[in-house]
Formats: sequence, structure tokens, C-alpha cells
Amino acid sequence: MSEAKPQRKPLPRIDEESRPWWEALARRELYVQACGSCGTRRLPPRALCPACLSSAVRWLRCSGRGVVYAHTVTFQNQAPGFREALPYVLAIVELEEGPRLMTNVVGCDPRAVRTGMPVEVVFEDVTPEVTLATFRPA
Amino acid sequence: MSLRGRVALVGAFEHPRRHAPDRTQYQLMAESARGALEDAGLGIRDVDGLCTSGVGPIGILSLAQHLDLRPDWLDSQAIGGSSFVSHCLHAAAAISAGLCTVALVLYGSTAASDRFAIGTGGHGGGDPADQFEAPFGPTIVGSYALVAQRHMHEYGTTSAQLAEIAVTMRRHAGRNPDAKYREPITVDDVLASRVISSPLHLLDCCMISDGGGALVLTSAERARDCRKPPVAILGAAEAVRHQGVGRHDLLDVAARQSGPLALARAGARHDDVDVCLLYDSYTITVLVTLEALGFCAPGDGGAFVSDGRIALGGALPVNTDGGGLSSNHPGMRGIFLVIEAVRQLRGERGAAQVADAEVALVHGTGGMLGQRHSGVTLVLGKA
Repeated sequence: MSEAKPQRKPLPRIDEESRPWWEALARRELYVQACGSCGTRRLPPRALCPACLSSAVRWLRCSGRGVVYAHTVTFQNQAPGFREALPYVLAIVELEEGPRLMTNVVGCDPRAVRTGMPVEVVFEDVTPEVTLATFRPA
Repeated sequence: MSLRGRVALVGAFEHPRRHAPDRTQYQLMAESARGALEDAGLGIRDVDGLCTSGVGPIGILSLAQHLDLRPDWLDSQAIGGSSFVSHCLHAAAAISAGLCTVALVLYGSTAASDRFAIGTGGHGGGDPADQFEAPFGPTIVGSYALVAQRHMHEYGTTSAQLAEIAVTMRRHAGRNPDAKYREPITVDDVLASRVISSPLHLLDCCMISDGGGALVLTSAERARDCRKPPVAILGAAEAVRHQGVGRHDLLDVAARQSGPLALARAGARHDDVDVCLLYDSYTITVLVTLEALGFCAPGDGGAFVSDGRIALGGALPVNTDGGGLSSNHPGMRGIFLVIEAVRQLRGERGAAQVADAEVALVHGTGGMLGQRHSGVTLVLGKA
């Protein structure tokens, strides 16, 4: 009775601290947080500044540009959604605004990715609520 | 108040099985408990402190029931494979403070029989931070691979240098009759094995086995009445590293904090250390741990591991049992580091014995090196 469904990668478990960030991504906007009190920039988003524990938050719109800080080409992952996508590039990208985030580098030969390579954001719509920030060579 | 020398390891047992489909996890633990208590010359009713990990959030309660124990002190530390190294630090503090007198540390796992793909099965979904990572497919291998790639980028470290670590561990396993993989391998074998997550090859990765182990700790005074020469806890420290606000240096691993602190607490220097037991989840783990502990400068790890220095007979033998790369790795290997350190300091290792070993350094890494991880360092010595 079960039809073959396309296997889906895990969706983020969005919570109260992260919702504004994910909602912005769904609008195809990428932000980092900046503390409204001490200015410390941060990712992932969270309600309080770890530097001074202030709840004051400013959202800083990102240019979407960054560079690859570290990367690996994944050839083995048994998890549904990923095993069909092998090989893929798992990377940490450093945004122009400072903070780094985990992501995928897409739109190029996985073996062509280099540390320090300039990249730009690609908004990948997964569901009406979830858009992922992936990156491609700029 | 210093913990130095106040508490000793008096019992150690490594379950000899690497494949145990006929055993349950708790059975492996109970058999290991029997082995370690026999080794110590103590009985199960002497135990008034219990530690375990890898059994779920309240699994230690089930384990206490399984062994019908009513301990005065419990620790189900959950910081990954280093948890059992951390247990030793915590038990030393608890025994020194009079919270218990005999602590039993237990581990058991049927990961291989359960066909649990630890490194490449995908992970995440539990903690808040996972929502920012899991959608992109970070395997555990991938997390460590990011560190390896960054190390290669910053320092020019090569895959051949990482392979030297796997080759050395395999050579050590050849002297360990219980080790799962004992046939020698070469650097070329490692480089020819398939890439799992670049730059890490299959033979850069630890195995998945079944297994179990146990440790018994008690006060230095009581240790004098135990069956074998006690091994003193000279110093210990633990640390964590994570992404913080998103500016973390991948090569700043937890050992950089816990290593110097543990050595200082032990009153020991690097050249006092005769043998190292370092969590070798992957070859890169050993390399960055050696650097972070201060055995060589950052970036010199590749050269450090390449000239026989970390082999038996070298200046700093590492993982004399063959480690997780070649002896056993049931998912959380920290306890086996401590067990091998105890056996070395007692001079029980036969063909794999480090001559005149008096000080051993253990370092456990837990979690995902490229995301969030723990590091626990123990300095042990002949009492």
C-alpha cells in the first residue's frame, strides 16, 4: 500500500529562539544577530547575548557573500535524503559579516571547492516554511 | 586541595569479545564488572559508586537494577566517548570528598551486532543547535573531516602523514591478540582505501565493534589492600569546544585546555610521559590531540607522527593496544584508553609493553570535533 516516496533530508526543528531567522530565510533574506547592548555578532541565533547576557537583539541583513572556511566532500551517508545526493559538499562558510555557518556548497564540481573560495548564498526552498541557505562559487 | 595521588585505579577489565551477538549490552557490562572487580580483589558488594554512559538519559537506573546496586554516588556523564575518562576525574573527586569509597565505571555496547552505522548514519535532530546543521548532512566522519581539511589547508599536512597513524595503530594491534584487525597495512593501503568524507579514507576511520569494559577506583589507602599494584590518578581536567557565536577556530580543540591543566595538576611535564592513550576515532583526532596537548607545536603534528616516534619503541608510544582504528570501537572508546594505561603501568602488556612505563597520559575526545566536542585528560602514574 505504501508508494515509493522521495526520501527527504531532515527538516530543521525550528524553535522560539530561531523562528525569526528561519522566517527571514523563507523570504530569501539572510541575517546574523548583533547584540543591541554590546554589539557582539552571533550565529546561530539565540535570545540572549552570550557575551553580556543582554536580550536586546538587532538583526543585521547579510550581503550573502562569504568565503569557504572548511569543506569536505561526503561520499558516504546512509541517512535518507543524503544517500541519494552523494557526493555532496559539507562546508563551513564565513560570512562577510563575520560569523560562520554550516552549509552545503552547490553549483559546482564538489572537487573544485577550495578553502578561501568566494561564495554567495543560494536560497533553497525545501517546504513553504523552510528555506536553506546554501552557497555557490561567486 | 589537590587530587594528586589521593585516588587509584585498582581494577581494569576489557571484554575480549569484538563480536557479541549472543550478549546484551548489560550482560557485557556485568561480565566486565566481574572481570574488573576480580582484578581488584574486591566484590560487587564493595561498590558504592556507579558510573556509566551511552545507556540513555536515565539508563544508569536500569543498570543499577541489573546489578542490584544501591550506590551512594552516581555519574551518568554524557559528553560522548570521553565520558568514561571524565568518570575517573569525577570519581576521584567524589572519593576524595568521601561521597563514596569504591567506584565502578561500566561500559558495554553491541553497536556492531546492531549494525549501527555510527560514523556515516547521519546524526542530529536532538539539540537546538542541530537545526542549523542537520539539514546539510554532517556525518560524524564529515565533522572530523572538516578539521582534517582545515589542518591540511593551514599547515600543509598530508594524507600520507595521517595514514602513518593508521599504519602505526595496526602494527600495535598485531601485538594484541584481542585486537579485531591485526594484519599489517601500509600507507599506500590507507591512501588506496575509498574516501568516506574527504580527506578521510576508510582506513583513517575507527571501526565499529561490540565490546565492554570496566574500571574500579578507590582511595590510595584502600588501594594498598587490593590485589594488584595501584595506578594513581596524578592529575585530570576536562574541557569543551563549540562554535560559540560563530567564530570558532576548528584547530582549537578541547585538549588545548584540558591537557596543560591536567599536567599542571599532576606536577608533570611532557617528557615525564612514557605512553599516551589518545582517542583515535579518526587519524586526524590523534594528530590534533598531540598538538593541542603540547607534545609538538601546532602544525608539526604531521612530521611528529611520521618517523616512528608514536610507535612501540619510539619516544612516545601512542595507543599500544591498536586503538579504535584496529583493536575495538563499540561507539564510545574512552574506557579502553584508561584500561590500556592501567595495564601498561602495571607492566602487563607482554609484546606490547612500553619498557619501564611510569607515567601515562590519557586523552578522550567526545562528540563531533568540527561542531561540539569534549576533551578529558588524565595523567596516571605508578603509585
